[in-house]
Amino acid sequence: MTRITAFIDASAYTESVTDHAAWVSRTTGYGLDLVHVVDHRRRTAPLDFTGNLALGARSTLMDTLTKHDAEASRLAREAGAAVLDAAKAHAEAAGAVDVHAKLRTGEMLEAVKDFETGSRLLVVGKRGGHADFAAGHLGSNLERVVRAAHRPVLVASRAFTQPSHAVIAFDGGASVGKAISHIADGALFSGVKLTLLNAGRRDDGLEREMDAAAKLLKEAGHQVETVFAGGEPEKVILGHVADTGADLLIMGAYGHSRIRTLIIGSTTTEMVRSCRIPVMLFRPDMG
Amino acid sequence: MAFHDARQWALRSLRETWFFNVRGDLLAGLVVALALIPEAIAFSIIAGVDPKVGLYASVSIAILIAFTGGRPGMISAATAATAVLMITLVADHGLQYLLAATVLAGLLQIGVGVLRLGFLMRFVSRSVLTGFVNALAILIFMAQIPELTGVTWVTYAMVAGGLAIIYLFPKLTTAVPSPLVCILVLSALSLLLGLDVRTVGDMGALPDTLPVFLLPDVPLNLETLQIIFPYAAAVAAVGLLESLLTAQIVDDLTDTPSDRNRECVGQGVANTVTGFFGGMAGCAMIGQSMINVKSGGRGRLSCLAAGLFLLFLIMVLGDAVAMIPMPALVAIMIMVSIGTFSWSSVKALRTYPLSSNLVMIATVAGVIVTHNLAVGVLIGVILSGVFFAWKVSNLFTVTSSLSDDERARTYAIEGQLFFASAEDFMKSFDFREALTEVTLDLSNAHVWDISAVQAVDLAVIKFEREGATVTLVGMNKASETLMDRLGAKDGDAVGTGH
Repeated sequence: MTRITAFIDASAYTESVTDHAAWVSRTTGYGLDLVHVVDHRRRTAPLDFTGNLALGARSTLMDTLTKHDAEASRLAREAGAAVLDAAKAHAEAAGAVDVHAKLRTGEMLEAVKDFETGSRLLVVGKRGGHADFAAGHLGSNLERVVRAAHRPVLVASRAFTQPSHAVIAFDGGASVGKAISHIADGALFSGVKLTLLNAGRRDDGLEREMDAAAKLLKEAGHQVETVFAGGEPEKVILGHVADTGADLLIMGAYGHSRIRTLIIGSTTTEMVRSCRIPVMLFRPDMG
Repeated sequence: MAFHDARQWALRSLRETWFFNVRGDLLAGLVVALALIPEAIAFSIIAGVDPKVGLYASVSIAILIAFTGGRPGMISAATAATAVLMITLVADHGLQYLLAATVLAGLLQIGVGVLRLGFLMRFVSRSVLTGFVNALAILIFMAQIPELTGVTWVTYAMVAGGLAIIYLFPKLTTAVPSPLVCILVLSALSLLLGLDVRTVGDMGALPDTLPVFLLPDVPLNLETLQIIFPYAAAVAAVGLLESLLTAQIVDDLTDTPSDRNRECVGQGVANTVTGFFGGMAGCAMIGQSMINVKSGGRGRLSCLAAGLFLLFLIMVLGDAVAMIPMPALVAIMIMVSIGTFSWSSVKALRTYPLSSNLVMIATVAGVIVTHNLAVGVLIGVILSGVFFAWKVSNLFTVTSSLSDDERARTYAIEGQLFFASAEDFMKSFDFREALTEVTLDLSNAHVWDISAVQAVDLAVIKFEREGATVTLVGMNKASETLMDRLGAKDGDAVGTGH
């Protein structure tokens, strides 16, 4: 696994996703797969309300739909290829290594499953091309992708700036533990100042865990500070990020069941939506 | 914020499964609902119950399957395939037993889905499926014959006129469903001219209230079960067959996958609940599903919309529906029959292999004779199995070579050794040739069943009786295991060449 995968679409985030991916690629030396998924369910067929069935109705209908889909797919493929070619050139100019452009049809989640096995990290945009239903809402795919993925997911912000200061939202959970070990083992964060931020009640156990994490990161050669700030976690984290000018947020994601999320809402989605910087998400089952 | 978030999450999820094609689904749902009215009435008449039984069934099944089904964009409601199975039940025991049978059929279907038996569809070959749709088309057409016998020329003229409207009106515009135009024009004509034709109102009661929850009024005892079980089993089987077949057609048309086991459970839930709401059993409909896809329906919303529109239409238009002349319905059902029939399969008769054609025709014949699609499919499946076994058994050869001293012979057996090839296997040996050593080389053969094991045993014994030493070589692992387990001549006694 010496590659990363970036999922791009034709949205305003394409360039930024490519930039984020190129940064990871040139810093770590991992090859970059740029993947563009053309979702065939979005095609609209010609409308015919005649409601009748003639001789050979099924084969006629099949022919009509196949011809229409073929044309729509060809157009989507050509458009997709253009997007991919531009992104590939952009990534290579930005220093990404061993860039491959891959065009796929079908569902985004299928593509995630196919690519993640050979990939260390997935990069997606905060909003996808189809998430046009309300400003501020996340792409419909983000939560599904993060829940389905078994790799860390870097969610690109609208514009890319080379990260120099990352805040790690430290809650002592299994997800953030994964994040700490990934950071300590990898080369991506060399030269990036790290802040371990605990928002919420301060207690001895958590303090010990945080010190241990800080020690681990320091031993790996990172510049680390630890901050305890009480309050409502989301607000504290967002406030700290804004105050310090941090340019990357690292956190555990979707630790709760879908049912709980449905009832009380997802902190993760809200955080990703509210902050203006890229977010790297880890889940406990991520490899 | 939490509420806003939850709503956002729910919206996203709904958008993926329900609202990705709102305009197409709603418009298609309306077209389908209009077409469901004549069909639901016609299928009630086939089963011998009041039109309201089929209309309630169609409303209930369409709404439920939208949530429980495994194939978005497919339309389910009261169908001809299930209606023809229940004719004698209704005639002998009445409506309440039909409702009880509907509930039981649903429960059986849920069982099939829970046990994940959807994979059994793989044994139903293309030829059987083609036979199924052709038989269904013929059944639908035959059900119209009572409406066309012993009637005046006016009826024939109206049916012909109706068909002309259905097929020619789309040349003017494709924005209005032509079957609807057919109903409107023929109804207006018959009212204005005071034509002497039967109307839907003459065929029995139409819905006058919303469907209500009622337990079928049957004694809960073994006798009832004995009466309804054969019907319920047939309905469950036919319902699932048509549903899975239709799902396959919709899969192909839309190039998207479906969940077969979920569809089985979904059909079961829909039928079970429908029985309690006074509706007859149904399943997926080939014709309506094609109309839905053609009209732009792709999602669950299309089937839900069809059910809700249908409920609205029969509640609002109940009295008007009673005035629809039967010839308009007959014309529409002839259209459904024509559209369901696979005409390409008739053309293909000349080019397809004889065995495929025989399977298709036997399936159709089985249905026409018994009026039971399950029987036809069973005949077709058995016949395709027999033909397949016969074809594979022909891929079986035995060649032999004599050693230089002419005392030892090696038989090289190639192909599949099973019940159908066992006889050829035995015939290929010359037991009277006096040899000291016989080698049976099974390197390119596979031993499949008891018939094959016994044939090998018998061959070995026969050679041994003639005084030869027999060696079996080259058996693959699976064949060897079977021989060891079942053969009288186990590997050690005859030597397996290891």
